[in-house]
Formats: sequence, C-alpha cells, structure tokens
Amino acid sequence: MDSNRKQNNELKSHVISTLVENKPGVLQKVSSLFTRRGFNIESITVGESETKGLAAMVIISKGDEKVLEQITKQLNKLIDVVKVVDLDPNNSVKRELALIKVKTNNEQSRSEIIQHANIFRGKIIDMGPSTLTIEITGDPNKINALISLLINFGIKKIVRTGPTAIARETIL
Amino acid sequence: MKGGEAIIKALIEQGADTVFGYPGGQVLPLYDMIYNSDLNHVLVRHEQSASHAADGFARASGKVGVCIATSGPGATNLVTGIATAYMDSSPVVAITGQVPTHLIGNDAFQEVDMLGIAMPITKHAFQPKNSTNIPAIINSSFEIAKSGRPGPVVIDVPKNVQEQDLDDDIANLDSFSKLSFNTPGYNPTIKGNPRQVKKASKIIAKSSKPIILAGGGVIISGASKELKEFSELIQAPVTTTLLGKGSFPEDNDAYLGMLGMHGRKVANLSLDESDCLIAIGCRFSDRTTGNIADFARNSEVIHIDIDPAEIGKNVEVDVPIVGDAKNILNSLINNIKSLNINKINENSAEWYNDTLMFKKSCIPRVTYNETPLKPQQVIKEISNALDDDSIITTDVGQHQMWAAHFFNTMKPRKFISSGGLGTMGFGFPSAIGAKVAMPENDVLAVTGDGGFLMVCQDLATVKDYDIPLIICLFNNRKLGMVYQWQNLFYENRLSHTDLGQTPDFLKLSESFGVNAERITKVGETEKAIKAAKKDGEAILLDIVIDKDEELPMVPPGCGITDIIGEYKIENDITGISGGLSDTNDVIANKKDGD
Ligand SMILES: Cc1ncc(C[n+]2csc(CCOP(=O)(O)OP(=O)(O)O)c2C)c(N)n1
Repeated sequence: MDSNRKQNNELKSHVISTLVENKPGVLQKVSSLFTRRGFNIESITVGESETKGLAAMVIISKGDEKVLEQITKQLNKLIDVVKVVDLDPNNSVKRELALIKVKTNNEQSRSEIIQHANIFRGKIIDMGPSTLTIEITGDPNKINALISLLINFGIKKIVRTGPTAIARETIL
Repeated sequence: MKGGEAIIKALIEQGADTVFGYPGGQVLPLYDMIYNSDLNHVLVRHEQSASHAADGFARASGKVGVCIATSGPGATNLVTGIATAYMDSSPVVAITGQVPTHLIGNDAFQEVDMLGIAMPITKHAFQPKNSTNIPAIINSSFEIAKSGRPGPVVIDVPKNVQEQDLDDDIANLDSFSKLSFNTPGYNPTIKGNPRQVKKASKIIAKSSKPIILAGGGVIISGASKELKEFSELIQAPVTTTLLGKGSFPEDNDAYLGMLGMHGRKVANLSLDESDCLIAIGCRFSDRTTGNIADFARNSEVIHIDIDPAEIGKNVEVDVPIVGDAKNILNSLINNIKSLNINKINENSAEWYNDTLMFKKSCIPRVTYNETPLKPQQVIKEISNALDDDSIITTDVGQHQMWAAHFFNTMKPRKFISSGGLGTMGFGFPSAIGAKVAMPENDVLAVTGDGGFLMVCQDLATVKDYDIPLIICLFNNRKLGMVYQWQNLFYENRLSHTDLGQTPDFLKLSESFGVNAERITKVGETEKAIKAAKKDGEAILLDIVIDKDEELPMVPPGCGITDIIGEYKIENDITGISGGLSDTNDVIANKKDGD
C-alpha cells in the first residue's frame, strides 16, 4: 500500500517561542530536554513576559520537520511550559544584542570605528584610553557584518545575547 | 499543624492509605508524625523496593502508589524504581526528605540535588519551601501522577519545612481537597479529534487486512471491554506489547500473542502482512518494532495515544488520534457502526480466518515431561494453578519472556512487568506492592536467580507484615538472558554471566522465616502453588530449570519477521514452519548489515 507518511527532511533553523513558568530550574529543564533527546540548540534567551509569573523563552534550533514536531511536543509535555509556538520566519521579527569592545590605536582609527558604528546604527556606550565599546542590536547577519568590519581594528571582546524573536501580529 | 502532619492528612484525603518507606535523618519529622497516624506504613528493607512496591501497588490497583525515603542515599536508592515507573507510565508519588532550606546547596550531610536527578525521570518534581504549600502540592502531585499519561512525581521536602507550622487559614481547613497548585501548562487531551476518528474509520472500513496492536495505554484507560468490542466489530486480530498483556483476553481466538523482539511468530508475521495497523496506547518501543525501517511496511498506520509526543516519535503515522483510548475506541465503534459493517467484514473475512488458521498451525509447545524442567512447562503449571483474578509480576530476563508467552492473562492489571526500563529486581518488590494493594487476589512473582538476589532482603518485609506471596524463582544459575545474547552474538564468549556459587535459596528463605521448597519435577510446581494458596503463607519455590533452554528472538537490528530459534510447535504440521529464516542466515545477514 502506498503511504502518505512522507516527511520533509530538509534541515531548517526554527524560532520556537515559548511561555514558561518563571521559576528556578525551568531553563535547566528545557535545556536538558534538548540534550537528552539529541535536539540542537543554536541559542536560547529568557526574560520576563507581559504576564506576571510567566517568562518568554525563545529557542533557536536546527532540524527537519520531524525533529521540530518532536521539539514542540516534548516541550509541551513539560508541566512548566505553558505555550509553544514555532514562529513563522516571514511573519516575525528577530533581533539580537551585541556589545563589542574594539581597540583604538590612534585618533584616526577611533573616528573610523565611530563611522562604521553609525552606519550600522550602533551606539558607542563606553570609551577608554585604548578601546571603544559599541552596542548594536539587529538581525544576527547585520551584527556579523559589523563585526567583520571591526575585526581589522582588533576586537578585544564580544558578548552576544543570541537572537530573540516575536511574531508580528499574534501575542506570542 | 506542621508540614509533616499536612503531608499525612493530604495523602489520606487523596485516598492513599498505604505507603512504602524507609526512615532517615531528613524525614524524621515526617516519621514522627506517621507514628501516631492512620497511615499504613510498610517498612521495606531497601528503598529500591519501596519505589518498586509503590509501582506494583499502582499497576495492580490503578491507584497512585506512594513511597517515602530520606534525603541523599535514600532518595538515590528510589531512583531506579522511579525511572521504571516513568518508562512504564505508572502513577507513583515519591516523597523524599531534603536537608533544611538554609543548608541546600552547601553539600550538607546527605544532601543530593533530588530535583535535578528527578527531572528526566519524572512527570514533575516539587520542592515545597513553605509548609503552607504542602497540601496543594500533594493534591497536584496526585492529579499529575494519575491523569493524562500517568507517571511518577517527586516531592522533595526539606526537613525544616516538615517541622514548620502551616498558616492558620490553610491549617484550619476541614479538608485540603480543594487546594491545588496552579499548573497552567498542564492540560491533557482526553477526547479524540472527530475528524481524525472519521478518517481512521474510513481507512479501517476499506482495509482488507487490519490488525490491532494494544499497549499498556489500553489497560491504564480501562478500555479492555471496548477493545474486545472493537476487534469483534471489525474482525481484526489483536497482538499486544509486553505492557499491553491483559488488555485483551488471551483465550480469545483473535489473540495472536505478544509482538516484537520476543514476539510470537504469528503476531510478527501477521503484522508484517497487514494493510492497516491500529495501534492503541503504545509507544512503539524498539523492543516492539524491531528494525523500524521494516516495521508495518505494508500498512497504513493509525496511532491512538494520550501523549501527543508519542505520535510520530518512532513510527510515522497516517492518522494520529490524541486522547484517551477508551474514549476514542467508543467514538471509533460508533463511527464504524454508522458505515456498512457487512461490507467491512466481507473485506477482512479471508484475512481474519487465515490468520486464525495460521495461529493454530504454530502454537508453541508448552508441555514437556523431562527433567531438568523446561521453563515453558513451569509457566504452564503456574497458569494452571492460578485463576483469572490472580496477579503475576515478573522480573527481567528469560523467565520474564517465558511468562509473557505462556502465562494466560485474561484480565487487565494481572500481568505486571518492567517493560521500558527492563529493571532486574522489579519482580519481587512489585509483587509485595501488588499483594498489599489487592489482598484478596493471589499474587505470584516470577523471578530469576540473578534478579532475586538484587532484592532478596525484602523477604524480611514479607515475613514481618505476613504478606502471603508465592515467589517462583527460575533457578538456572546464570544470567540467562545475557548469557543467551553472548552465546548468539558474541561467539559464546560467556563473560561473567555464570552466577557460579548461588546461595542455597531454601536456607536463605528459611533464615528470613519464609517457607521454601525446591522443585525439580514435572507437576510439582502446580501442586506446590495450590498448597501455598490454601496455606495462606508466603513461600519461595526454588525451581531448578534447564539452563540451556533458549528463547526465540529477533536479533537486534533485524525486522520482526527475522525470528531465530522459533519454539517447537505443539502439533507439528510439516511445512508450516518453513519460510522462517535459518538462525545462522539471520545472524550472518545482521553482521553484514552492521
Ligand atoms: C538492574 C539490571 N542490571 C542488569 C540488567 C541486564 N540484564 C538483563 S536480563 C539479565 C539476566 C537476568 O538473569 P536472571 O535474573 O537470572 O534471569 P534469567 O534471564 O536467567 O531468567 C541481565 C543481567 C538489567 N536488565 N537490569
């Protein structure tokens, strides 16, 4: 018998937006679930949500359709997880924050760096005798682009939050 | 009222009158309250037995089983039993002591991160930081443990919380029953989606070779009556998983036996041949499916399960139906009745009759006259000596599979075995739990010498509480199941599976004050069990069996039709058993494939 049990095996990056109870241990539960089941985590961000007692956790994960289905189902099984939505990339916005500390060897490099930062709508948030620190938010690709420009000056440190995301119209 | 008292009051209100436990420093306040309470506490001799007994209690009765242990080593000793209950969806509430809140995180004496340990092996875990929360947490634990897909819940209670006074507004309540913990993320689906039910009905109606695979979910949801009606309605033969044993009466013509690695030939071949598989309350474990690529390769698959995450996890499914098995079977039955049932039966009549013929042609032989005793013969005698309401529990190993094959289970909750985790040491203590839960039923544990030695200290419990169990110890002086694998797949290099010097089980048993008898001949097992039933005291039967008897099996990595070492057939009809792969062929193929 022919069967329509065909699945799409293409690997895609998914943005999974969840509402979880804002309690100690929940992040551990979620991340250990990913480890145990062999799902991949590209990034995970957590913060308070609009609802008291609930936190918004945004997980970026790569996998095929079957893996994604399991991720959402297994997450839903956790009692601390209230809601799970696989965000549609066409109908959601994704942003990441990065802080980049760059070496400034002389006045000229200093002004060049400020120019680059301005073009990418970054902000200078700190300045020392030999460094500048830039804050930039945006699509991860945009952050990567700025970083690749700044590399020439010498980067002392980068910290990134990993992307977080929100659907354009729905609540989650 | 203090936290410890609140635990007891809430437990009793939840209907838990019996707990299995073992005291220690961090549960002293709770035990002090148990001293004068109405709670029936069974002191086991190892915490692992407490969790297995609570599990056996739950599986036999359908109620929640409760166990208690102290912090640290007590809590970790419970873990194997908790994981066992988790894998087999058994409702167990485990209460563990914890060091006082101000010491948590300091590596205090006997501190262990029980919440962290419990995380992957429980449905949920709580740690009350305030005694006022205890009643709500106990109520929610019971609700979570038994609803939806059942499973274990851990409540880790710091010592000072057990001693702390509850706020008056809660402490003064007549009943705690209305209190619960807010769990907005927990909302199991019970009713099946009507559209999916319709879709499934259509597929069933047009199929000409339907087969039903029943799992433990059928038993949990109490859907045995519906399963039988459904099978009769659509004329589909029924096979079960290990945990599904008892969901369908095994003397029914339509019952094909267990499926899978140690499945019956007729079940495995029929499933392979079927064009429509209706799987109910099962999770398609690799022990059930064999090589997944070949599993149900000719069938459309309808999967009914209360846990959405089980659907599509291992086997890809054509029609998923999420919900309670009983509920969905009723909808399916109603739906199919509205279709042309004569036509449906016409479609599958030939298949149904052929399958039943095939079954008759390959009934495994169970009657043996020789010594050393054949395990098949022993199981047959056990079956003969018990009635339909008797409960048997098993340990893990060859004896477990012989019991699964030849113990005729007629009713749900009468065959109790560790399926998912395959826990040696489960059989005996789970029988203690089952007997405590169901004192009116005869309870018999089938165990191996290896598994029994892991938990034999609980003979003391049996004696102390006068629990009249019958323990059938299949004595082959080896770790039979593993020995068989070494024999088949490791060129007979028998690394550490010979138990060598086993104790004299009669003396062991007698030293605990428990009766014992050695069985070596045909007929003696049946006689001894019948006598023990009359006698009403616990007894251990040390049954000396043929240590070279091997189980038929599907080698790992093979499809379920590749059975090797098939049972001898009761009435050998020459030619019928042909077509099965030769042992050596299959093993050679398997090696090539690896
Ligand atoms: C706790 C635990 N340890 C090890 C195993 C691996 N194992 C599975 S079956 C088996 C042999 C069991 O021997 P026995 O209890 O004598 O039963 P038999 O197979 O001989 O009937 C072993 C060691 C297990 N399932 N559980």
